Amino acid sequence: MTLNSLTPGQTGTIKCVTGSGATYQRLLEMGLITDTKVQVIRLAPLGDPMEICLHGYHLSLRKNEAAMVEVVHE
Amino acid sequence: MNSSVITGPIAVVGNPNTGKTTLFNALTGLSQRTGNFPGCTVEKKTGRITLDKGVINAVDLPGTYSLAAVSLDELVVPDVLLGVQEGIEPVGGILVVADACALHRNLYLVSQLMELGRPMVMALNMMDLAHEQGLEINVDLLSERLGFPVIATHAGKADGLAELRLALRRMVDGKVSPTKGTLLQDCHRKAEELAGHLATEHQTTLPANLVFRALFDESGFAAEHLGERFGNDFTEHLLETRRELEAEHGRLIELETRTRYQWVRDLLDSVITQPQVKVTTRSERIDQFLTHKVWGFVALLAILTVLFQTIYTWAGPLMDGIEGMVGALGGAIGSLLPEGMLHSLVVDGVIAGVGAVLVFLPQILLLFLFIAVLEDCGYMARAAFLMDRIFSKVGLSGKSLIPLLSSFACAVPGIMATRTIPHPRDRFTTIFVAPLMSCSARLPVYVIMISAFIPAKTVMGVFGLQGLTLLGMYLVGVVVAVPTAWVLKKTLLKGETPPFLMELPSFKQPSIRTVGMRVFHSGMAFVSRAGTVIMAVTILVWAMGYFPRPVEITQQYDHQKTLAEAAHLQAEAEMLSAYLPESGPLSLEAMTRIRETSQELAGLDTYLAPEGAAPGLVALYADWQTENMRYADEVNQLEADESGDLLRASYLGRMGQVVEPLVTPLGWDWRIGMATIASFPAREIIIATLGVIFNLGADQDEESDSLKDALHASVRKDGTKLFTIPVALSIMVFFALCAQCAATLATIKKETDSWMWPVLSFAYMTSLAYAASFAVYHLTTALGWG
Repeated sequence: MTLNSLTPGQTGTIKCVTGSGATYQRLLEMGLITDTKVQVIRLAPLGDPMEICLHGYHLSLRKNEAAMVEVVHE
Repeated sequence: MNSSVITGPIAVVGNPNTGKTTLFNALTGLSQRTGNFPGCTVEKKTGRITLDKGVINAVDLPGTYSLAAVSLDELVVPDVLLGVQEGIEPVGGILVVADACALHRNLYLVSQLMELGRPMVMALNMMDLAHEQGLEINVDLLSERLGFPVIATHAGKADGLAELRLALRRMVDGKVSPTKGTLLQDCHRKAEELAGHLATEHQTTLPANLVFRALFDESGFAAEHLGERFGNDFTEHLLETRRELEAEHGRLIELETRTRYQWVRDLLDSVITQPQVKVTTRSERIDQFLTHKVWGFVALLAILTVLFQTIYTWAGPLMDGIEGMVGALGGAIGSLLPEGMLHSLVVDGVIAGVGAVLVFLPQILLLFLFIAVLEDCGYMARAAFLMDRIFSKVGLSGKSLIPLLSSFACAVPGIMATRTIPHPRDRFTTIFVAPLMSCSARLPVYVIMISAFIPAKTVMGVFGLQGLTLLGMYLVGVVVAVPTAWVLKKTLLKGETPPFLMELPSFKQPSIRTVGMRVFHSGMAFVSRAGTVIMAVTILVWAMGYFPRPVEITQQYDHQKTLAEAAHLQAEAEMLSAYLPESGPLSLEAMTRIRETSQELAGLDTYLAPEGAAPGLVALYADWQTENMRYADEVNQLEADESGDLLRASYLGRMGQVVEPLVTPLGWDWRIGMATIASFPAREIIIATLGVIFNLGADQDEESDSLKDALHASVRKDGTKLFTIPVALSIMVFFALCAQCAATLATIKKETDSWMWPVLSFAYMTSLAYAASFAVYHLTTALGWG
């Protein structure tokens, strides 16, 4: 499953990131790499973007960006 | 490894939101200078850091998460660090500022910086926030493992600053060894080979690190950039090398991030101790409120209301004060100069020009203050988070919210605020659309047209028609902005949607010093940049309205004034002779004596009879006062008429007449056309210009009843009313959409570093204004609103 399908409060471990281009590069550089644990904090009131927590900081990303991140839900 | 004394500047780098700027300000103090890196829109911030003995230059580089660049602007950081950026000497040492709460992510950049082979010092900032979260960081162990000094700091207070200066001193003295990268060695070697190749083939030395980035960065910007410089066979060579590496390692970005983050994990092992139970930080509690479905928007609305309210209540009186002072200055200097061109140039041209610049300042400084505070404390990111969904529908992001909203007060700070938008395509689109937001300078135009011509009725018993019209004018800009942005992103500024990926930094107390400096620098930038343009254009418009000065007109009015004065003296003489017992014509001496007596009486503040005066004297006094007031009005009207005639005969007036066929389709006549041309440098000019055209003098403002009456009364050549509801609406719509602000155009030029954008903006908005004005006029006339 992908990151955008996790709901607020759920955590997951990243399996891999798909895609290409600047978004792909930034996702990885910001720390969304294999074996990283992420937790979904909330969705913005209008439904998008979503806020996640990883490695001690909070990151917001759009659902279509989160869809590039495959996770294993725990 | 050779360590030598550092002569080049220290580069201050780090992730965004690490308090880097506050630290830079604390270290450099008032020695800061802002300038430009040639060829791009990134601001160059330099300063001098005072160390134990002597000073060292420093440059504050934009915050970045990685040396991988996706745009020309982002390339500045690696270019400066590698010594290939024009406009600055090669860097001598690096001060990296890291956020103690997000050390894991911060160290990604550090690992890249370590491969640059410069001496390095780390400031581990925001240690207090880390403590709050229950994080324990073993700074000494970290420093040992990294191989360079790490100083714990909290730049908001002075903690650690002294130690940091000592560490920088040691680095400058050559006592800190340059860093050595240990990761991805084979890839670095390949990059070096390629760079060596370039050196022989193209006689150019290119740092191996840049080639490394060109190899690794999938988004290809660095590769594209180098390819443009060195041609196709370099690009081919590059791609071949990349394929070789990928065959061995898989996707290179994946390799890089995996390798670096593994290094970070190993480095931080037993350096950081996490708390047993996760502590909900104050920041997280605030966020629950600020990003709440309902309260989030309430908070946003409240903050915006405060923003606009502050501008109208605080800036308002300040602006009036400045206008008053400028007027007084004009009056004072004016009384020193003889009537004539120099007088007019100085008073109506130069001083009015300076006044036009200064009167902006309170509003602009307040806006800058607000924006700086919101950014520094971390709220801007939340606002962007809330509104992103709406903005992404036109191809922008939530980061455009604050710049666009600020433009409702004034586009100049709004456009300058677009610096927080990372991607150039998004930034330029926002800059292009910002002037469409109805700024406060348009308000006087709306006010006078609406209060003079829109009936004060209510619609559906609740909504005031006038209020609705005002709202409508504001919406015109917004409604047009949406398709404009959308089209721009599909045509001129088309490209891959930039990643949104926005960090939500912890809330922190805004630093007074950082905010203060930002406001100061922005204010100075405004005055010097926009100021000169406004001044120049005001003088130009003055000249066009002043010259030529047909002698026939001035002579005619001089003659009339002489006649009026003679009639006045005659009337006085008749009054005085009626009072005195002398018979026959009065001698000049007698007249003078009598006038002097009346003038003594006039020194009293009242129209009522002074105590003890004879009844005849009382009557004389009353009559004399009346005649004086009549004469003063007559002279004022003559001067207003003269101004009007001179303006009509001026170049500006002639332009108005020439332009008349162009503006007739909008329902206007040459007078409105002329006033509009005169307001191209600054919209507010139209009110004063209308005042002069309708012979009321230049002191009219949007509340002036006499101006409204004059507008109501004015007729066209064929006798029909000039101003009808359709005409008023077409004027307002024109002003809502037209680019009539020299300051904004000057700011656009600076922020986009090109002439194309301000020219395009001007052409686009003016055509848009014309088309919309035309449509509105004809539509409303057809609907029978006239």
